[in-house]
Amino acid sequence: MEAFTTHTGRAVPLRRGNVDTDQIIPAHWLKKVTRDGFEDGLFEAWRKDPEFVLNRPERRGATVLIAGPDFGTGSSREHAVWALQNYGFKTVISARFADIFRGNSLKNGLLTVVLPQATVDALWELTEADPTAEVTVDLVGRVVRAEGVEAPFELDENARWRLLEGLDDISITLREEDAIAVYERGRPNWKPLTTQGA
Amino acid sequence: MGRTLAEKVWDDHVVRRAEGEPDLLYIDLHLLHEVTSPQAFDGLRKSGRRVRRTDLTIATEDHNTPTLDIDKPIADPVSRTQLETLRKNCAEFGVRLHPLGDAEQGVVHVVGPQLGLTQPGMTVVCGDSHTSTHGAFGALAFGIGTSQVEHVLATQTLPMAPFRTMAVTVLGELPEGVTAKDLILAIIARIGTGGGQGYVIEYRGEAIEKLSMEARMTICNMSIEAGARAGMIAPDETTFAYLRGRDHAPRGTDWDAAVEYWRTLRTDDDAVFDHEVVIDAAELAPFVTWGTNPGQGAPLSASVPDPASFEDASERLAAEKALEYMGLTAGQKLRDISVDTVFVGSCTNGRIEDLRSAAGILAGRRIADGVRMLVVPGSVRVALQAVEEGLDKVFTAAGAEWRHAGCSMCLGMNPDQLSPGERCASTSNRNFEGRQGKGGRTHLVSPQVAAATAVTGHLASPADLADVPTPVEV
Repeated sequence: MEAFTTHTGRAVPLRRGNVDTDQIIPAHWLKKVTRDGFEDGLFEAWRKDPEFVLNRPERRGATVLIAGPDFGTGSSREHAVWALQNYGFKTVISARFADIFRGNSLKNGLLTVVLPQATVDALWELTEADPTAEVTVDLVGRVVRAEGVEAPFELDENARWRLLEGLDDISITLREEDAIAVYERGRPNWKPLTTQGA
Repeated sequence: MGRTLAEKVWDDHVVRRAEGEPDLLYIDLHLLHEVTSPQAFDGLRKSGRRVRRTDLTIATEDHNTPTLDIDKPIADPVSRTQLETLRKNCAEFGVRLHPLGDAEQGVVHVVGPQLGLTQPGMTVVCGDSHTSTHGAFGALAFGIGTSQVEHVLATQTLPMAPFRTMAVTVLGELPEGVTAKDLILAIIARIGTGGGQGYVIEYRGEAIEKLSMEARMTICNMSIEAGARAGMIAPDETTFAYLRGRDHAPRGTDWDAAVEYWRTLRTDDDAVFDHEVVIDAAELAPFVTWGTNPGQGAPLSASVPDPASFEDASERLAAEKALEYMGLTAGQKLRDISVDTVFVGSCTNGRIEDLRSAAGILAGRRIADGVRMLVVPGSVRVALQAVEEGLDKVFTAAGAEWRHAGCSMCLGMNPDQLSPGERCASTSNRNFEGRQGKGGRTHLVSPQVAAATAVTGHLASPADLADVPTPVEV
């Protein structure tokens, strides 16, 4: 996983709540068997509208997505995270994220930052008025900074450490192989096996 | 202090607990399908890892599979590649697979329970948000992303952040004609699509206890639509009766030992939930959605709401956008909404009981002119059972299409899709923009409402059919 320490970039204000993962990446894109090449599928339906914020020339190269509440609801597709990353986003800010999407994002190094809606409103106003305004997301100091905004955010220490170090979860867990083996020996023998009983 | 059902199951699966770290949980059953697994297997291959427990892993093909001409090569080359990739991966890593054409193929959340692989007190995961379905057995079951699929394949465990507990208690009895689907749609409308965020919901109360396993699966299936991590129902005699004798259910003394443990899986009387919601079953009625998220629903007797009536600014905006997308106007009666298509199927309502109830309404009737109706069994087993009961004949006699098992029109990944602007009454779980095909418009309904809607051509409940020929018992 790519490490995340601090990032500064221009933003895309997305004034929509309840953006589900079917909107982030429609199902027909899910047939791919790789983790890359999803950028053209990002918000595919909405991008057909030339006025959609992502299509505006002044938003080209933006890396910070500022979204409405309940971002990433619905399907568990990790492709939604890959699509945002493939497009160039490094971080997403919202008042509330759906659980599975949040978990997926943090496992891929896409930092999802929860801020109060009032702060999201302030960031929307700032970046709508001035598309060149930069937003800094500092994971070291756990703070989001922009002109007139200095907003601390929470992230549990374990998740933060994994992101800062860019650690691979599987290698960390495999250090616990002995504990896993001990647990397995204690499992009741009537628990079902997919390979027997059919 | 006592513990809730969810806490008991969680505690029994902790492999390692350490201060400041997520608990490492053991996973009893890992279900795979073609869409969210290829990148996970690829990850294993790149790091030279194997599947730790192939005997706790099972795969099926469902999302991409066509429901017609299944004996012919799959037309879409990208879909075909994805299915072939799953077949290659399962062969290479030694995972049991039920491919298209196999007698046990079907929607992953229909296959697990019918094989008896889903049992009370288990942890069940799958790279699919509707894994919450399996919570109907008192299992802790949740959807995961592809990185986590790889993690479970490699370690049979997952590091999991703690959850909060919510009780949704449904008092009394569901009125005649009100189904599990109506109940869960009403619950989601009440708590909102984000209302369950961070929670494991336990559904309880008299109305829940009276539900069949199929109905319980419908309820737990849509927990994710309220944003919940998982949904659960305490196992009881209904659960044990469903499981007894199934292929993978314990037998003999093992059965007795299992049931003894399963009986302990009830929330203790002195346990405290972090949040409680109480619903009076008597107040419920057939429920349908009018918008583009599953929380935007109302009783069938209501009208399309006026966005201005929403106090919350973000909900108001969402309602405005939804009406525009759905081509509806505020104040329009829901019963006046005409549909082009009716879909009965999916992991929400593609089980035998769902097909029986839809067939019960269609028997002796014809679907309205100009309406197409797809009936898609959730698995090959469900299909065979339906054929044995003659349900397929009822559907085709009524003018509906009887299809092969799969996810079908629930999501736009296989040939069964809506065209732009086409309107559908669907027994599936998501009414998102474009979910059933680009530009398609979805109204989520129960199988009964779906069948009645097919007959009248507009959103309707069986009670509205009094003026058309009486149903025949099947």
